[in-house]
Amino acid sequence: MKLSASNKTLLLLTTLLAAYQVAVGIDGFSALPIIAYTIAFGVMLIAALLIYILGIEVLDSPIVVIVSTIIPLSLAVGLVWQHLASVRTPFLVFAIVGFFAVVLTRSIPLQNRLPVIVIAITHGVAGWIIFLLPIIVSVQGATKPLFFLVGIGGVLISSVGLLLSFYRSGKPILAKEQIMSLFPTLLFITTALFVAGFAFG
Amino acid sequence: MSVKDSVPSSKLAMFWSLTKPSQSGLLLATGLAGYMSARCPVFNISTMLQLSASLFLAIAGSTIMNMWWDRDIDAKMGRTQKRVTSKGLVTDKEVLMVGVIISVIGIGWALAMDWLYGLVVFAGWFFDVVVYSMWLKRRTCWSIVWGGISGAMPILAGRVLGLGAIDWIGIMLALGILLWIPTHTLTFSMKFEKDYSDAGVPTFPSTYGLAVTRFTIALSSVLAAAAMVIAGVGIGMDWGFLRLLGVLSAGLLMLAVAMTFNPTERVNFGLFKYASIYMLASMILVVIDVI
Repeated sequence: MKLSASNKTLLLLTTLLAAYQVAVGIDGFSALPIIAYTIAFGVMLIAALLIYILGIEVLDSPIVVIVSTIIPLSLAVGLVWQHLASVRTPFLVFAIVGFFAVVLTRSIPLQNRLPVIVIAITHGVAGWIIFLLPIIVSVQGATKPLFFLVGIGGVLISSVGLLLSFYRSGKPILAKEQIMSLFPTLLFITTALFVAGFAFG
Repeated sequence: MSVKDSVPSSKLAMFWSLTKPSQSGLLLATGLAGYMSARCPVFNISTMLQLSASLFLAIAGSTIMNMWWDRDIDAKMGRTQKRVTSKGLVTDKEVLMVGVIISVIGIGWALAMDWLYGLVVFAGWFFDVVVYSMWLKRRTCWSIVWGGISGAMPILAGRVLGLGAIDWIGIMLALGILLWIPTHTLTFSMKFEKDYSDAGVPTFPSTYGLAVTRFTIALSSVLAAAAMVIAGVGIGMDWGFLRLLGVLSAGLLMLAVAMTFNPTERVNFGLFKYASIYMLASMILVVIDVI
């Protein structure tokens, strides 16, 4: 499926936004959030660039499930480290174990539902944190109000993840062509919301 | 305008196509980035303009000389047989004269600006025209190393002009370009293997096979990224830009690993394109960091 000019533009803009976030948008944070956000936005940047270069069919690769786990997990680690100090270490351990569990269950052919359960737990926990935590801290006044945009971005990226997961499991919510044509738009809006949330929040 | 897509109508357009504008432009961009890595461009506009003109002329001159020398093999290869030299739309004498004149002006101008800068520019021209094209291209597949050294000279030349000396950062920047060039040339030699074989030009795929060629591309890409990151640290690049360079390098590394262990036409093409974007982005980061 050929990428339209508008989708190509959106992917380039996503790349630029993610590049900005890595280079400028996370300055001043402590070491671990910088590492976590660099990984999250770095993966977004490279993903957008590879889709631009290789076409949307790159999403058919089995590695997409593993790569798409990195984004929510590392974003959630950064957010927890900054705003939920009491569970920093346990959550970091959860993220590392969760990631390796996804890699392992996707690398070894398993006939049971374990791979799906592992994905559901890691994505679910990380997704809820990305969605709720920014909204809660912005409502509490711990950050500026616009930090809630990160949470909205979290909802969108979870939707993207769900669409891809259902598609890859053979029970697509939308037709492949619809998912593929929507993906650049969703990725761009998600990245833009994250960047805006961090910049103005 | 791409020489392989259509034939230029005017004489000027024909000679312009012989300079390979995109390739020369990219090499010029590396030269400017090399200069800016040492000097702030805002306060050196006159030097920047002279650097651009002299370097572009020297690069364009060497490219035209290559076209002149390789006109017989270009005519045998599908990829290059639409070039104006292959089609006989310009005479050999004309091409040689234009190539020599532009080269002399470019290198002469560079020498007049600064003797060391001029020397590096001349070295680039010499390695490209004499060592790579005339001497080694038809003899050994390792000629690409010399072609790579030639391609690495513009960034070194730019830095030398800004600094007045050759330093380790300049060498590292040049190494980054040198190691990046095989990604381009070897991908081409795989894609157009039959063309090169018909023309009797030895290539890595024809000499060592596809697996070794792919591994060489992957290894050189990774080493190019390492050299650029080391150069970035040496320049004193902002920590944020270094992070971004690290992310882009990780992408290159990932594609290099994929190319080694799961080689496909698609991954090969992806690495080829990504490496170009990577190098352009590296140059932009060097420039933005200084500005």
